[in-house]
Amino acid sequence: MDKFDTLTGVAAPLEIMNVDTDMIIPKQYLKTIKRTGLGKGLFAEMRFREDGSENPDFVLNQSAYRHAQILVARDNFGCGSSREHAPWALLDFGIRCVISTSFADIFYNNCFKNGILPIKVSEDDLEKLMDDARRGANATLTIDLPAQEIRGPDGGVVKFDIDPFRKHCLINGLDDIGLTMEKAASIGAYETRHAQSAPWL
Amino acid sequence: MAGPRTLYDKIWDDHVVDVQPDGTCLLYIDRHLVHEVTSPQAFEGLRATGRKVRAPQKTLAVVDHNVPTSDRSHGIDDPESRAQVEALAENAREFGVEYYDEHDRRQGVVHIIGPEQGFTLPGATIVCGDSHTSTHGAFGALAHGIGTSEVEHVLATQTLIQAKAKNMLVQVDGTLGEGVTAKDIILAIIGEIGTAGGTGHVIEYAGEAIRDLSMEGRMTVCNMSIEGGARAGLVAPDEKTFAYLKGRPKAPQGADWERAVEAWKGLRSDPGAHFDKVVRLDAAKLPPIVTWGTSPEDVATIGGTVPRAEDAANEQQREKIARALAYMGLKGGEKITDIPLDVVFIGSCTNGRIEDLRAAARIAEGRKVADHVRAMVVPGSGLVKAQAEAEGLDAIFRAAGFEWREPGCSMCLAMNPDKLTPGQRCASTSNRNFEGRQGFKGRTHLVSPAMAAAAAIAGRFVDVRSFS
Ligand code: SF4
Repeated sequence: MDKFDTLTGVAAPLEIMNVDTDMIIPKQYLKTIKRTGLGKGLFAEMRFREDGSENPDFVLNQSAYRHAQILVARDNFGCGSSREHAPWALLDFGIRCVISTSFADIFYNNCFKNGILPIKVSEDDLEKLMDDARRGANATLTIDLPAQEIRGPDGGVVKFDIDPFRKHCLINGLDDIGLTMEKAASIGAYETRHAQSAPWL
Repeated sequence: MAGPRTLYDKIWDDHVVDVQPDGTCLLYIDRHLVHEVTSPQAFEGLRATGRKVRAPQKTLAVVDHNVPTSDRSHGIDDPESRAQVEALAENAREFGVEYYDEHDRRQGVVHIIGPEQGFTLPGATIVCGDSHTSTHGAFGALAHGIGTSEVEHVLATQTLIQAKAKNMLVQVDGTLGEGVTAKDIILAIIGEIGTAGGTGHVIEYAGEAIRDLSMEGRMTVCNMSIEGGARAGLVAPDEKTFAYLKGRPKAPQGADWERAVEAWKGLRSDPGAHFDKVVRLDAAKLPPIVTWGTSPEDVATIGGTVPRAEDAANEQQREKIARALAYMGLKGGEKITDIPLDVVFIGSCTNGRIEDLRAAARIAEGRKVADHVRAMVVPGSGLVKAQAEAEGLDAIFRAAGFEWREPGCSMCLAMNPDKLTPGQRCASTSNRNFEGRQGFKGRTHLVSPAMAAAAAIAGRFVDVRSFS
C-alpha cells in the first residue's frame, strides 16, 4: 500500500449528497479479478453518455479537474455496497483523498486499506472547501496528514480528526494482515477457549 | 465493571481477542461467507504472500451474483462472469473451502443460504464481502459486510480489526395491519432515520411487531439495516429462532444443541442497558410503502404522492429531489397509484425466501400479469425453489404469466443477463433503488413481495389491501 503523508493537488467539487458505490463504480466493472484498471469505470454512468462519449457537464471531464487528486463531496459519501472496487477505482483514477461531512462505514474503512485518506469535516468547513474546489485552475489544496490539516489556496486552514492507529498505518503504509499475524498466539489461545465455551462455533 | 449490556455489547465482548492501546480491537470471526465478486483479489493476496486460510471449516463459498437465472446446463455466456465464477471454484479448491457451485441445489444468494444451512447461528460473528451480511443479524448474530482487503484479513487470520460501534434501538410496537409486511417496516424506518441515520451504530430491532415477525420477516428487516447506514442489525433470538435452526445441516446437534440453546437464551439486552440512539415506530399505523426516488430513504405511502422539488425544506434537499425526479422520469405530485410499470422483479436476499414467494403467489393466484408488464420470480436459493415447487407456487406464477427462474442475485443488481433497459420502470422486492442499480438508466421502486405481485397484475402500483 502506498504511504500517505502530505498531498498537494487539485480538488474537484462533487456537489451530490449520498454518492453511492453504484455511482462510484457501476456493477459492469465488478467482474474483474484484479484490483487495478478500474479507473476507466469511475463514475462511469455520470462521466460518459450512452454512446460512450464524455459528458462535458461532469466535473472530472472539465479540463481543470481531469487530474484531480482530491474530491470534495456532500453528505454520506460512499453509501451502499461493500465493494472495494470503489476505492480501487478512485485510486486508479488518481484520487488519494475524499473530503465530506460524513462517510458510510464500510467505504470509509476500505479507503484506509488502499492508501486513500477520507476526511470528515464540519458543514461549515465543507462549504469553505467546496468554494476552494470550485476555483477551477486554482482549486489546489494541501492535505497534511501528520499535522491533520487542510491548507487552502488563500492560506485558510481546516483541522481534521483521525483515529491514531489509522493515521499511523497510512503514514507508514502498513499492511494490517502482517500486524495481525504477529498476534497468532493470542488468536490461538482465543480459539482454544472458545472451543470450550461454544464448541458449536 | 459490568453494568447492564446490550445484545451487541455481549456478542462483542465475547469475541475480543486483543485490545490495542487506542481501543481498537481484534475481533474473532466465527463464520465467513464468500462470493465470487468480492473475493478473487483476496485469494490472490493470500497466494502472493504465501498465506493460507486459517479456518477453512468456518468459511463457506457460493456463487450468486453472476450466475444466469435461465438454464445453466450449457455454462455461462459472458466471458468475464464465467472467469469470476471459475476463479471462485479454483480458489475454493486450492484453499480447501466448502463451495456450492451453480449446479448445486444448495446454491443461492449468499445471505439466503447461510441461514438455510444453519451456518448462521445466534451469538456468532459473521462477515462476508457484501454489505447485506446484516441479514444474518436476524438470528442474534453480529453480522456485517466487509471490503475485499478485510476478506483477505479474515481468510488469513480469522479476525478483523474493529472499533466498537454505538448502540441504537429501533422499537417497533403494535401489530401490523393485513397486507403490511416486514418490508414496509424497514422502508418506513429508513424513511424515518435516513440513509445515514444508523451510520456508526449497530441497530437492535425490538418490540411486539418484530417479535411477531417470522424469521424470514426478521431477515428482511435486518437485511436493509445497511440502507439505513448501520453496518449491522440485530434481533434477539427466541423460540422462533431456535425452531428455524433445529435440524439444519450445519446447526449443532444432540447434546451440543441443548447446550447451545441454553447459551442463546442469554442473548438479549439487559434491562436498563444503554442505547445511544432510540427510534420508535407504531406498526399499527403503517400502510404499504413504495419508494419514489433513487435512495431507499425516498419513501411514500401507497396512498401518497411523489414529492415536488419546490416543496423541499432547503436548497440541498431541493437539488436532491430534482435530481431523483429527473432520473426517475417523474414530475413530482403524481399519485403513487398512477405510476405505470414495465417490469416486476420478485427475489433477492431481501425478499427471495419461501414466505416471500408464498405472499406473492397468494396475490397472483388465478390472476394475470398485465399485458405490458414483464414479471419475474427468482427464488433466493435452489432449496427455496424446490420448496416452492413442492407447494405448487411455480405453477401459480406461471399460470399468471410470471417467469419462474433459477436462483441467484439476478436483477437485484443486474450483473447477470437480467437487466432493465434505459428508461424501464420496475417494481422490485430488492433493497436498492440507486441510479443504474438494475440496469443503465433503469428506474427502481422498492416494495414488498405482495405489493410487487399486485403491481404486476394491475400494471401500476395498487394498494394490496384493497386488491381484489
Ligand atoms: S441479492 Fe442483491 S443485495 Fe443481495 S447479495 Fe445479491 S446483489 Fe447483493
